[in-house]
Amino acid sequence: MFNYYVRLALKSLRRTPVVAALMIGAIALGVGVCITTLTVYRLMSGNPIEHRNDVLRAVTLDNWDPNQPWDDRRPELPPYELTYRDAMALFESDIPSRQVMMRKGPFVVESDPALGVKPFLVEARLTTKDFFSIFDVPFEYGGGWDAAADQGAQRVVVLSKETNDKIFGGQDSVGKNVRLDGKDYNVIGVLAEWTPTPKFYDLNNGSFDGIEEAFVPFNIGQIDQVQPGGNVNCWRTQPLNSFQDFLESDCVWIQYWVELKGRDKVEAYQSFIDSYVQEQKKLGRFERPLNNKLRTPEEWLEINRVVASDNSVLVGLSFMFLAVCLLNMIGLLLAKFLGSAPLVGLRRALGATRQTIFNQHLVEVGVIGIAGGVLGIGLAGLGLLGVRQLYENYDTLTRLDVTMSLTALVIAIASGVLAGLYPTWRVCRVQPAAYLKTQ
Amino acid sequence: MLHMQNISKVFRTELIETHALRDFNLHVKEGEFVAVTGPSGSGKTTFLNIAGLLETFNSGTYQLDGQDVSRLSDDDRSRIRNQKIGFIFQSFNLIPDLDLFDNVDVPLRYRGFNAAERKKRITESLELVGLASRMKHIPAQLSGGQQQRVAIARALAGTPRFLLADEPTGNLDSLMARQVVDLLEDINRRGTTIVMVTHDPELARRAHRNVHVMDGQVTDLQPFAAKPLIRPEAVAAGV
Repeated sequence: MFNYYVRLALKSLRRTPVVAALMIGAIALGVGVCITTLTVYRLMSGNPIEHRNDVLRAVTLDNWDPNQPWDDRRPELPPYELTYRDAMALFESDIPSRQVMMRKGPFVVESDPALGVKPFLVEARLTTKDFFSIFDVPFEYGGGWDAAADQGAQRVVVLSKETNDKIFGGQDSVGKNVRLDGKDYNVIGVLAEWTPTPKFYDLNNGSFDGIEEAFVPFNIGQIDQVQPGGNVNCWRTQPLNSFQDFLESDCVWIQYWVELKGRDKVEAYQSFIDSYVQEQKKLGRFERPLNNKLRTPEEWLEINRVVASDNSVLVGLSFMFLAVCLLNMIGLLLAKFLGSAPLVGLRRALGATRQTIFNQHLVEVGVIGIAGGVLGIGLAGLGLLGVRQLYENYDTLTRLDVTMSLTALVIAIASGVLAGLYPTWRVCRVQPAAYLKTQ
Repeated sequence: MLHMQNISKVFRTELIETHALRDFNLHVKEGEFVAVTGPSGSGKTTFLNIAGLLETFNSGTYQLDGQDVSRLSDDDRSRIRNQKIGFIFQSFNLIPDLDLFDNVDVPLRYRGFNAAERKKRITESLELVGLASRMKHIPAQLSGGQQQRVAIARALAGTPRFLLADEPTGNLDSLMARQVVDLLEDINRRGTTIVMVTHDPELARRAHRNVHVMDGQVTDLQPFAAKPLIRPEAVAAGV
């Protein structure tokens, strides 16, 4: 009977094309707006490293102003980043099975003139070796560097896929050289496509920016005095006459992550950082109460408020808009279904039960829902295109994937059925005798 | 076949009570062709709706084909309508955007027949009314008489034991009306019990029995008049 109902539904929609178009349009508009906001919200609120949530921890120490918290609105939070000297001290610990300290820095890239690529500026990540393994970074060619490269600040580089495409046309460039800020670096790895969204490992320097274009050993930054490429936050006035002064300052600018397998390790590391801060207090630093935090990626995304409250409100408003569209649709469906009451009366006279009539009309609203959903996906695509035009940084967020397309269809069908329940129930109550004379 | 005893039907609004049927008694034997006549508002259509299980009644008993149908659920009434009763309406009541095949198909779908069985029954019943060659036409492409014949085919496709006709010739000219009545007589001759409501005394005379209804009660039961079941000209016309 289902196919029969679908055929009847299509005939019914053709019988009243304007009303059908209005209903489909109402659902499409509501679904389109919802899916546009939901897509952005979903990508913003996702945890791209969820599978390692149990073992990864972002490390934060509260070295901030004794008279004023890091965040006035949330005084319980320590700064999101560490000072260079604290990061270097923590790096001595052997409690974490893996750990990474890192920051951003700008480099000018030059390649072999024969390749015909003009010099260009990149944002590089200066990091220790575990970055690639701790975050499950995929490689297209080669791999990361080893501890010796870290310690010796060897001039090796891992290129992003985009950079490798740009310089080497996507070929395996492992073993070739590129020049960064006038110095030769040996390419030891090329990343595969990797777009963690949000960029969880560094939420303070563009949560939704793409990954860095090149990755080099952390210590090169100190040797070559590479200026910080991201946010640097300081709470007191200190003489910064040299790069060394900057490294020894209380300014925070280093991101720090550890891998701790098991509760014992977490407790041991918490104890370690607390002890470290207690020692520093004796030296006159860390004047605020002890407030050192280890955050899982999920907690890290939460406290960094990657999803702006505006965005949540927008999602709520979009669903309210969908509700308004559905209210309009209920009115249209009521008019349409009750207008066809004589036909329903006839079908009842010919033996249709109330359930049969209910099913027939429910399939009809389902068909309207599917049509609205398909159109809604198109509208959502246009909406996301608009978001892309307005906010360049949201480029990676505004893609309509299969999941969201299916979600659009499910929302549309569910909305259609929901809106259709009352009109369908009403038309099922039709007394056949009342309409047979007037048909 | 149909046995109604002391049936009463009252329509109530906040202001008024209308007794459409009161102590209505009627017995129709299997194979009979009964005409129900009476002035407008006498209760003919209410009787027909109750007989066809399209409406409930307030008191009395009603047995159809040996089964007490007085207190059946809505679903059971639908099922009996579908399996045992065929309807023919004054205004044909065909579904305008379905072709003849699909119109006749409607009750068969609800009966749950498979596709092959439905096709066989639809073809046979459209052949019976002489419209098999036009099964892909929509009702608007047919004359009034042809549309009524499609409605008859629809009523017959489920091989009902009982046919209810409400003014079946009311919207037809005299020639088409005669063809339709000829067809009903033919159907009756094949064993289907028919109850027909009509205003037309000429038409009523063609039935075995004429039941006159006045003020919601049966007032006159005329016995079967000795006359041929099938008019010679109908046989000649091949309907």
